[in-house]
Amino acid sequence: MSGSPQTAHPTDAGTSEPAWVRRSLIGLAGVFVFLFLLLPLAAVFTEALRKGWQAYWTALQEPDAWSAIRLTLITALIAVPLNLVFGVAAAWAIAKFEFKGKAFLTTLVDLPFSVSPVVAGLIYVLMFGAQGWFGPWLQAHGIQIIFAVPGIVLATVFVTFPFIARELIPLMQAQGNDEEQAAIVLGATGWQTFWHVTLPNIRWGLIYGVILCNARAMGEFGAVSVVSGHIRGETNTMPLHVEILYNEYQSVAAFAVASLLAGLALVTLLIKSVVEWQHARQLKALADLPPERPPSIPQAAATAAAPASLKA
Amino acid sequence: MYPTFKLSGHQPARVLPGFNITLGFTITYLSLIVLIPLSALIFKTFSLSLEQFWAAVTGPRVMASYRLTFGASFLAALVNVVFGLLLAWVLVRCDFVGKKLIDALVDLPFALPTAVAGISLTALLAGNGWVGQYLEPWGIQLAFNPNGVVIALIFIGLPFVVRTVQPVLEDAEKELEEAAACLGATRWQTFQRVIFPTIAPALLTGFAMAFARAIGEYGSVIFIAGNMPMVSEITPLIIVGKLEQYDYAGATAVAVVMLVISFVLLLVINALQSWQRRQTGSAT
Repeated sequence: MSGSPQTAHPTDAGTSEPAWVRRSLIGLAGVFVFLFLLLPLAAVFTEALRKGWQAYWTALQEPDAWSAIRLTLITALIAVPLNLVFGVAAAWAIAKFEFKGKAFLTTLVDLPFSVSPVVAGLIYVLMFGAQGWFGPWLQAHGIQIIFAVPGIVLATVFVTFPFIARELIPLMQAQGNDEEQAAIVLGATGWQTFWHVTLPNIRWGLIYGVILCNARAMGEFGAVSVVSGHIRGETNTMPLHVEILYNEYQSVAAFAVASLLAGLALVTLLIKSVVEWQHARQLKALADLPPERPPSIPQAAATAAAPASLKA
Repeated sequence: MYPTFKLSGHQPARVLPGFNITLGFTITYLSLIVLIPLSALIFKTFSLSLEQFWAAVTGPRVMASYRLTFGASFLAALVNVVFGLLLAWVLVRCDFVGKKLIDALVDLPFALPTAVAGISLTALLAGNGWVGQYLEPWGIQLAFNPNGVVIALIFIGLPFVVRTVQPVLEDAEKELEEAAACLGATRWQTFQRVIFPTIAPALLTGFAMAFARAIGEYGSVIFIAGNMPMVSEITPLIIVGKLEQYDYAGATAVAVVMLVISFVLLLVINALQSWQRRQTGSAT
C-alpha cells in the first residue's frame, strides 16, 4: 500500500525476526482469526441449515420475514441517500474552505459514532414519543413517529450519520483545491466542477462510505430496537426479527434471516476490498508517472483514506 | 501544503462556489438529526431534582452495570490491543497464503450486524455449541455470564486496533530498524526501543476507540450475557429496561451519564489522534 519508493528495500537483513518467531506469530494470528472471525461466521450458516434447505426456505418465506426484509430495504433506501447528500455537502464545506469553528464542526459530525445506539433511540422517544416534546401535537394530528416506520428511519439516519462524511473529508482535504480552482478559472460552473472534477477524484471514497453506511443501516439493532415497538409484520426490521425468532427458540428461522444479513456483510467486505485494491492501484499508477506531472493524489491521501473508515 | 491564492491578509480567496449553501445545509441537517434530539435528553434531565437524578444513576443495580460495562470493555480493549498489534504486524511485515483474505476479514465486525454476531457467538459458546461443548467438561462457561460480555466486546472491537496500527507500521521507516541492528541491537531490543515508541500513539488510539465502542454496545452483548440483574446486565440494557417500564426520567438520567462519558472519550480520541499525527509527522 505504501507507495513511497524510499521505504521499499530489496533486503531485510538484520530487520526481520528469526523464521520460527515469524511462523509462530503467523500461526497465533491465524488461530485468533479462526476462533473470533471465521467460526462465528460459519456458525451462522450451519445453524441456518441445521434442518436442511427445505426448512431454510420455509423460514425465509414467512410473511413476517418478508415484511422485515421489506422494511429494512425501505429504511436503508431512505437513510443512505440522505446521509450521502449530507456527507458530500459537509465534506465540500469542511474540506474545501477555511472557516472558524471547523474543527468543532468536524467533531460534532463524528458525535453519533460515540453515542450508544440505545441512547440514540432514546433521544427520538423523548422528542416524538407520547410524553415527548412533540408528542401531544403529533397525537392531535394523527401522526405516529415512535413505534412506527418514521422513527425507525430517523434512528437509522442518526447511527449512520457520519459514515460518508468522514470518509470524504480527509480524502478531499488531501486532494486540495487546485483542480477545482483550475476548472472554475477556465469557466466551469460549480456543478460542472463538482461532476467532472471532484466526483471522479472521490468516487472510490464515496463508494466505500456508501457501502459501509448501507451495511450499518441494514444491520442496526440497538437504536432501532428502542423506537420500533416490535410490532410483528409492521415495525420489525431484519435484525429485530432475528431477535424475536431467537427468543421464541425458533433457532433455524432466526439463523436463516441472520444468514441473509451475514451474506450482506460478506458482500460489503468484498466490495470494500475491491475498492481498496482499485484505490491502491490508482495510487501506484500515479506514483509511477514521470515526475514532471504532479500527481493529483498526494501520498497523504493514501494514509488519510485508510484510517478514516475506522470509527464505524 | 499547496499554495492557495491569497488576496489580502490571511483570508484566502474563495474561488470555489457553494460554501454558504453546503455549510448551511450541513449545520441545519446536523441540528435536526443530532443536536436538537440530543438536547432533548439534556432538557429531560432538568425535570428531575438533583436527588432524583443522583438516586437514578447510583442505584445498586445501575452501579453493578457500570462495573460490568467498564470492566468488560477495558478487558476486551486490552485483548484487542495485544491481538490487534499481532494481526497488524503479521499483515504488514509477513507474507503468507491467505493474507488478503485475513486482511478483508478483519473488518467483519464492522460489517456484520451486531444481533447476528450476538446469536452466533451464543450458539458457539453455549453448553451444546461447537466450542462450548469442549469447555463444559472443564467447568468453563463462556456464555450467559460476564465472560460472554467480554467475548462479544472483543469481537466488536477487533478491527479498531488493527486498522489504526496498520498504516503506521506501513509508513514506519525501516532505516531506523536497520540502524538499530547495525548498532548491535537484538531484534527484541529494536522492537522495544524503536518500533514500539512509533506505534504507541496508534495503539493507544485503537484502545480508546475499542473501549468507547464497547461501552455503548448493545446488540451483540444482550444475547450472550444472560442479562441477570447485578451480575451480567450492561448499562445500555438498564436504559432499555427503564424505558420498558415507562420510567423515562430514570432512563434519561442513566443515558446522560453514558452520553457524558462517550463525549469525554470522543475528546480523548481526538487528542490522541492529533498526538499521533504529530508523532508520525515528525518521524518522516
